[in-house]
Amino acid sequence: MNARTADKLATGMFWAGALTVIALLLFLIGYILYHGAKVIDWHFLTSPPTNIAAGGGIGPQIFNSFYLLVLSMLITVPIGLLAGVYMAEYAKNGPLVKIIRTCIETLASLPSIVVGLFGLIIFVNMTGWGYSILAGAFALSVINLPFIVRVTEESITGVQKEYKEGSLALGATKWQTIVKVLLPTAFPGLITGFVISAGRIFGEAAALLYTAGMSSPNLNFSRWLPTYPTSPFNPFRPGETLAVHIWKVNSESLIPDVRAVADGSAAVLIIVVLLFNILARWIGRRMQKRMG
Amino acid sequence: MNLKNVKNELIGKWASFLCVALVIVLTISIIFFIASKGLAIFFSNHISFSNVFLNTDWFPDRSAAEGGPSFGILPFLAGSIVVSLFAVLLSAPLSIISAFFITEIAPSIGQRFLQPAVELLAGIPSVVYGWIGLSVLVPFIRSTFGGLGVSVLAAGLVLAVMILPTTVSVATDRIKALPNSYKEASYALGSTRWQLIRRVLFPAALPGIMTGLILGLARAFGEALAVQMVLGNVRKIPHSLLDPATTLTSGITMDMGYTAMGSPWNNALWTMALVLLIMSFFFIIIIRLVSKRGVNQ
Repeated sequence: MNARTADKLATGMFWAGALTVIALLLFLIGYILYHGAKVIDWHFLTSPPTNIAAGGGIGPQIFNSFYLLVLSMLITVPIGLLAGVYMAEYAKNGPLVKIIRTCIETLASLPSIVVGLFGLIIFVNMTGWGYSILAGAFALSVINLPFIVRVTEESITGVQKEYKEGSLALGATKWQTIVKVLLPTAFPGLITGFVISAGRIFGEAAALLYTAGMSSPNLNFSRWLPTYPTSPFNPFRPGETLAVHIWKVNSESLIPDVRAVADGSAAVLIIVVLLFNILARWIGRRMQKRMG
Repeated sequence: MNLKNVKNELIGKWASFLCVALVIVLTISIIFFIASKGLAIFFSNHISFSNVFLNTDWFPDRSAAEGGPSFGILPFLAGSIVVSLFAVLLSAPLSIISAFFITEIAPSIGQRFLQPAVELLAGIPSVVYGWIGLSVLVPFIRSTFGGLGVSVLAAGLVLAVMILPTTVSVATDRIKALPNSYKEASYALGSTRWQLIRRVLFPAALPGIMTGLILGLARAFGEALAVQMVLGNVRKIPHSLLDPATTLTSGITMDMGYTAMGSPWNNALWTMALVLLIMSFFFIIIIRLVSKRGVNQ
């Protein structure tokens, strides 16, 4: 075989590979949405699941997923943002930075179930909260933290040097430069990164099995004060999420319509993740345009 | 600088330092707590090291009359290793092909369609992969190849798709980072694109590609629920691709909720968690060694 023929064959192979990956994605998304569409209706989205009968919904699970996500972002974003600022602006190359980087790398590569078990010791047992939304939120925060720190550091170091030098030359202090120049300029990258990370942890399940728990009490949506035991906003109640629900109905549920519930839940999960993705891209593009 | 600015300066610096310190404290406490619970089976229950690590019998609740409980975690460890290596083997060719497609073959199409597709694959939650594996792949394997369907093959395929995004994105970055002169020199010598990729770019990017594959391997090794759903959870070392098996993560997932804290059975599960932790350190070290080699070349 001469070199030209080999080159043509190879090109064909690369195209086939690329098309395979795209076909795989289209099949996965299409399959989930097609089967989900047959199940999803208003009743399914809003009513609570049943224990043994068919026809249960995923209302509390959808609420828990979002509530858990918001709580964990409230914890992670300030800490991760400040830590990222330190890494980008204050850290000087030396043993300390090496240790910090190793820690971030370690946290990022921990299997999520190990984080869940750590959460079980600290946030469930030691605090005495039991399986609770708050314990789940902390576990998700541990998973998300290294990602947020990296995104922040990269976004800040990506800002053109002249901006920072200009600000310092005008007599601004370092902290003023960070708050008034660097962070606003890095904002599009930060927001995009945060939204992507939100999408990632929305589907997390393994870390939540033994932190947020695998059950949800009947929620009373007329009781909003977080101190009521049945209030949806009570952070000390267990809170099964959508992703955990998919796993649970498959492995230990007694309902006869497992297939339908799992199809519907998977579709809702995928739709939310897709929305997060589109949102992140849209924000990124829009902000880029506005900043010129 | 007035006093208020000095104060803000100090507050900002210290607040950000405290957050970084928190990252360190968090990492150390995770290692400490998992290690202390994971070693309890040796120190509190006085089960020997060989009884746990060199033993294929997992009978945590066997009565004393039948020989007493046995805590061999070897079937779990073997399952984890077999399944994750198999997944990497399956996904490596496709991810390397995809990475070169994006960087060399059709950059515009690659960046407009393939890269977003890969990112979306990364966004699909692992339980959804598990669910599709269970509802599509497992019945397919059962009717095509026989057996139960839940198998090393099913888990390997599910994991292969799950780790594809990791390997593709790392490999793409590394190939892009290669100096342009490699390409120019190769074309100047009259080589075809395939010769360039095979003889120049692939060897040069190999350390980077290996890094991507090891990251994928680490992800596959630590993945819990998707694997648990399609692997069958049989506590035996698998002998063929169609055999069901179990993994460290599945073992923890299945039993943790049903065992009492501090019991030998429960402690054995924490030992599995410690093994997972040690393996993730192992992967970090390997990645550092591999990427160092890349720099020196």
